[in-house]
Amino acid sequence: MIDATGMPQTAVLVGGTSEIGLSVLKALAARRLDSVVLAGRDAEGLAAAALELEGAGVARVVAEKVDLSDPAAVDGLEGLVERCERALGGIDLVLVSTGDLGTASLAELTPHRVYRMFEANATGPAAAIVAFAKRLAAAGAGRIVVLSSVAGVRVRKANFVYGAGKAAVDGLSLGLADALEGTGVGVTVVRPGFVRTRMTTGMAAAPFAVDAADVAHAVVRGLETGAPVVWVPPVLRYVFVLLRLLPRAVFRRLPG
Amino acid sequence: MTEHHAAPSGPTEQRLLTGWGRSRPTRATVLRPAGAEDAARLLRAALDGGGPLVARGLGRSYCDAAQSAGGTVLEMTSARRILEFDAKAGTVTADAGLSIDELLRLSVPSGWFVPVTPGTRYVTLGGALAADVHGKNHHVDGSFGRFVSDAVLAAPAGVRHLSPRDGADELWASAGGMGLTGVFLQMTLQMLRIETSAILVDTERCSDLEDCMARMSTQDADYRYSVAWLDCLARGRHLGRGVLTRGNHARQEDVEAAGGRRGRDWREHRLALAPRQAGRVPVTPPLRLLSRASVRAFNEAWFRKAPARRRRELQSIPAFFHPLDGVGEWNRLYGPLGFTQYQFVVPFGEEDALRRVVEQLSSRQVPSFLSVLKRFGDAGSGHLSFPAPGWTLAVDIPLGLPGLGELLDRFDAIVVAAGGRVYLAKDGRVRPELIHSMYPRLDEWREVCDRLDPGHLISSDLDRRLGLRSERPGSARALRPRPPTEEAR
Ligand SMILES: Cc1cc2nc3c(=O)[nH]c(=O)nc-3n(C[C@H](O)[C@H](O)[C@H](O)COP(=O)(O)OP(=O)(O)OC[C@H]3O[C@@H](n4cnc5c(N)ncnc54)[C@H](O)[C@@H]3O)c2cc1C
Ligand SMILES: NC(=O)c1ccc[n+]([C@@H]2O[C@H](COP(=O)([O-])OP(=O)(O)OC[C@H]3O[C@@H](n4cnc5c(N)ncnc54)[C@H](OP(=O)(O)O)[C@@H]3O)[C@@H](O)[C@H]2O)c1
Repeated sequence: MIDATGMPQTAVLVGGTSEIGLSVLKALAARRLDSVVLAGRDAEGLAAAALELEGAGVARVVAEKVDLSDPAAVDGLEGLVERCERALGGIDLVLVSTGDLGTASLAELTPHRVYRMFEANATGPAAAIVAFAKRLAAAGAGRIVVLSSVAGVRVRKANFVYGAGKAAVDGLSLGLADALEGTGVGVTVVRPGFVRTRMTTGMAAAPFAVDAADVAHAVVRGLETGAPVVWVPPVLRYVFVLLRLLPRAVFRRLPG
Repeated sequence: MTEHHAAPSGPTEQRLLTGWGRSRPTRATVLRPAGAEDAARLLRAALDGGGPLVARGLGRSYCDAAQSAGGTVLEMTSARRILEFDAKAGTVTADAGLSIDELLRLSVPSGWFVPVTPGTRYVTLGGALAADVHGKNHHVDGSFGRFVSDAVLAAPAGVRHLSPRDGADELWASAGGMGLTGVFLQMTLQMLRIETSAILVDTERCSDLEDCMARMSTQDADYRYSVAWLDCLARGRHLGRGVLTRGNHARQEDVEAAGGRRGRDWREHRLALAPRQAGRVPVTPPLRLLSRASVRAFNEAWFRKAPARRRRELQSIPAFFHPLDGVGEWNRLYGPLGFTQYQFVVPFGEEDALRRVVEQLSSRQVPSFLSVLKRFGDAGSGHLSFPAPGWTLAVDIPLGLPGLGELLDRFDAIVVAAGGRVYLAKDGRVRPELIHSMYPRLDEWREVCDRLDPGHLISSDLDRRLGLRSERPGSARALRPRPPTEEAR
């Protein structure tokens, strides 16, 4: 169960190898988290992640192999939810952290690539979010934390396919939060800026860059305060109030 | 005998439930039995459905004891008939959903008071027994369970009649068992004889924690009721300053000797529950302006306002025992995140643990309005009853403060090291791993529970959060390799 301070005891990480996701779980393990299911497509990566979490004090870690970009796996999502429920004896928190920055180079963006990027960023996570939401609503309790991004707040040329996918999942999560009103299930949308993880290695850090641990800290704080939207760092909320207002002609010319 | 019209059990309703602290809403199917028989019937039907079920009274426990996410909650407050009231012997037999408020309205005018009342009248008898509640008289009288001579419990294994003579272990698993042995349908309670409804109260300020403790230790025996309100925000040499309020039931002659308007009120209405709300309107914390500064200012003003020393003041039952009940839904004022109460007890001889907690509350400036300090007397027989001989402190704290979870964890460590425990009826966040140390009779309790509810059909969010009935799968204790069984060897 989630406790009075918002801390969960069990969690499912969708995108079980995600650096940010694992960082959040480690922070929660310092509080009340003791059982985790890691769901992902890379068995080796999941095994390494499981060791990492055990090292951080999570008593039970179960790996579930699932590839959200595979339509057949999406059909099996309800089965995954059931297995998670059984493994954990009740799901407190679902952290959805899959994402693929991909490319914004028109040369590289084959129809196939665009399609796959939407699977990783939008359709796959969306299918998972809704499948878990239904289960939590039936259980009358729980929280879903969705890794969105500032990239989805106003889609930029620098990552427009990724950003559009994030916009989709961000909007879906906010709408779902309202749909879940009265069920006992809450949704937290996390909108980080630039985070130094393997996703961004080799890229020049954008202004207000943070580390995965900063995101983790902000998410834990968001759970404590029940915040519906968590910006990391917090100042980005205000930066994006301005960016959203910029005329397109100006926005288009922004660097990065 | 008064007639209470019980509402018929309504249609099945899905509802969000929280405790008084409003912190953890979870959804369940809520059934409202119209009476005890109806409750037993609904219980059987719900158990056939297999979902986790728990009873609920007036929801005055602070967090998640009276709710069960995805399961069924039997809300007992419509089952509240008084079946028998023996005005000679002072015994009352009533449905478990009857509130102490309703009981007092009936009993006080005929000269009987409840043997134990918590700081609010709006609790049910079922809730009072399930939490084995304590009052300001614990150092003299012990907790609620001591005064229950019979209780009818509907458990999955059947309906049981519990008493200290027969089925005693089932009674003591249930008193303090937080509703996890089954659903109380009815009980018989031994009331306390009173000559008047007035309390003769002595009020005095104490300059710091040591002063409070010293006066309580040496003088509590003179009073049936004793409690100190502490200002946990006071610093330095004022650390733990407070106001002691202690009293006894006023006798006829006390009322006759009393002068003034108040004396006259009581001479005219000797056994009225509250003759014209005698006494001051209870001080209301400015919860709307909840901030460190406003809490500090309130506590300061409140301390200054208290008399340095006032003797033999007549106060009404509501004013003395239930000051906050006059304020309506004050719990809502804490805002959407709600609040928690940290209540612990540490044994006598471990005063240092108490000091350290008060020091940290003060040094961290945790914005808590008046906290309550009390000395407990002997422990009762309940396996999971909270009170044990020692000092108990209860502190209301708004949720959402940065670092609050960690701070309370540090308090737990201090409390456990001192051989103390936190109160399950108030808890919303203790670590499950600590429950065994805090409640050493847990295994004994579990055995009785397994007998009354072999399928573990009775469960609450509290039960699942702390792994009370059975260890949480992820807890270190559950994972510890078991000693080999006979066959395995
Ligand atoms: C302002 C305030 C002051 C308080 N002061 C004190 C105090 O001084 N001392 C003290 O000890 N406590 C105190 N409490 C706590 C309160 O007395 C207990 O939590 C009590 O259990 C609440 O009773 P309830 O009817 O509201 O029960 P609920 O909160 O609805 O339920 C509490 C527990 O009782 C169980 N339960 C309820 N009815 C039944 C039943 N019929 N059969 C089986 N189980 C049942 C529930 O399952 C749950 O575990 C205070 C609470 C408040 C809000
Ligand atoms: N890093 C940043 O700057 C930043 C900023 C804002 C938001 N975010 C978001 O935060 C989340 C976590 O990012 P991170 O930094 O932790 O990156 P990460 O370590 O690369 O994690 C990404 C996760 O997504 C999974 N994934 C990628 N493509 C997938 C696909 N096609 N199908 C299924 N799973 C796929 C990865 O699994 P594999 O291991 O199997 O590849 C991995 O678990 C993402 O949603 C990301 O968009 C990141």
